[in-house]
Amino acid sequence: MKVISGRQMTGGYGGGDIISRCEIEAGDNQIVVIVGPNGAGKSTAMKALFGMLKLREGTVRFREEDITDLEPQDRVALGMAFVPQTRNVFETLSIEENLEMGAFLRKEGVKAAIDKVYDLFPALLEKRLQRASALSGGQRQQLAIARALMTNPRLLMLDEPTAGTSPVVMNDIFRHIRKIASSGIAIVLVEQNARLALEIADMGYVLVEGKNRYSGTGADLLANADVRKSFLGG
Amino acid sequence: MDFLHALIVFCNFVAVPALAYGSQLALGALGVTIVFGILRFSNFAHGDTMAFGTMVAILATWWLQSQGIGIHPLPTALLALPIAIAATAALLLATDRLVYRFFRSKRSPPVIFVAASIGVMMLFHGLVRLIIGPWNQRFSDGERFIVSAREFKTATGLNEGLAIKTSQAITAVVAVAIVAVLFWFLNRTKTGKSMRAYSDNPDLALLSGIKPERVVAICWVLTAALATVAGVLYGLDKSFKPFTYFQLLLPIFAAAIVGGLGNPVGAIAGGFLVAFSEISVTYAFKKVLGYVLPEYLAPDGLAQLLSTDYKLAVSFTILVITLLIRPTGLLGAPRQ
Repeated sequence: MKVISGRQMTGGYGGGDIISRCEIEAGDNQIVVIVGPNGAGKSTAMKALFGMLKLREGTVRFREEDITDLEPQDRVALGMAFVPQTRNVFETLSIEENLEMGAFLRKEGVKAAIDKVYDLFPALLEKRLQRASALSGGQRQQLAIARALMTNPRLLMLDEPTAGTSPVVMNDIFRHIRKIASSGIAIVLVEQNARLALEIADMGYVLVEGKNRYSGTGADLLANADVRKSFLGG
Repeated sequence: MDFLHALIVFCNFVAVPALAYGSQLALGALGVTIVFGILRFSNFAHGDTMAFGTMVAILATWWLQSQGIGIHPLPTALLALPIAIAATAALLLATDRLVYRFFRSKRSPPVIFVAASIGVMMLFHGLVRLIIGPWNQRFSDGERFIVSAREFKTATGLNEGLAIKTSQAITAVVAVAIVAVLFWFLNRTKTGKSMRAYSDNPDLALLSGIKPERVVAICWVLTAALATVAGVLYGLDKSFKPFTYFQLLLPIFAAAIVGGLGNPVGAIAGGFLVAFSEISVTYAFKKVLGYVLPEYLAPDGLAQLLSTDYKLAVSFTILVITLLIRPTGLLGAPRQ
């Protein structure tokens, strides 16, 4: 069963379509990566999946259910989580309060869920009572992902999680993403670092000018001569 | 001994009144700062919201008095507070429904909200004048003093008296209790934390499943409670007059802004700063200086910097200086 499936997605923010007939799917436990040149509509395609962009045409299904007209906050309740690229933590709240807010819709098991997230990101446990604004860049991304995990999602979507981070932090984030996927959560990821991202991808989509150009498993795309030449720098 | 006398005169005419007035301003500024933090606009209707709440409290007080219900030696108005808060909350929620929600749905810029709140201010002001009239109302009953100046003098054998009015003591106690409950709510409860989260980052709050309309509704209920309590305490301490409450808007905004809009601790600090400035700048220090200074240095005049008629100028000056030098306020963090 597909966790998420966007079909023939067409739309923009008023004034011209940014994506047209774009298709993106993710199955259970899969890591799906969306890559492409700047301005290809990668983030827009992901926002369309999450309902932050009104589609002119096309449908979005979450676990077979048609959610095309659902508001983003209602998709959170269904089990979709989103990590924005910027402004993705509550800066004036403590680490623990950030996690509690992620669990806002949960009635019970909040404490256990927080402990589970601390197991995954031990660095956050050490600073649990500090303000989020005190965190380093890498830890901040960890908290952003942790906050999203607290909503108890079946699908985690990340918008360029490695943007502006050092190579060490980048590897760390990818390592965590694999770990999260192996715990049974599907992942959709928009990435600038196409090569690194495709290496961990079960499925990859190359978007150009808002349309699907290539798609296939991560290994297939890395092996494809055209993709290598045009998008991976040889 | 002279120094002690000077201290007592200072406490009687400056420190004690300023503590009471500062508490009232702090509660008012907290309301302004919470609306700013959650709804992102400066609510010009806040002074008249205080007037409305106080008016309901006065009407309820009269009714309670006519029924012979009271809590002597405390003023009956304290008993009327819950009724007044409920009525004010209903008014603010209705106003939000009819006015502000429309602009929220259109994602209007803050200046539109400010303009709308000026309209709401005039409406509330007219409503209050229409119902209770534009005149002065005194509604404090019960014991007037905890310690009167004469009692103080006979008890201590000093030449100067220190009077503590019941309204001043009530103001201090109620203000501390309200602030404690408010901070407990914001920092310890899930709903309070969700309000801080929404104030910090509304988009991310949405992604966490926090419902904006619920946060907004709670914000108005808190504002109604803070405004009503501030208004009733001020009215008990001095008196109630719609126009005076409208004028209170200036010191309240000065307090909220000097402390840093959106920062509750700043609002409290700002309230006391404005109150102490206003009272000490307009107080005639002749008597105090007469006790402290040697005779040949004692002032001939009143040693008063500004006539009390100009007390609003003090708030205005504080406001302008803050906006010029440190627009984010003493405790406010710059926002991106």
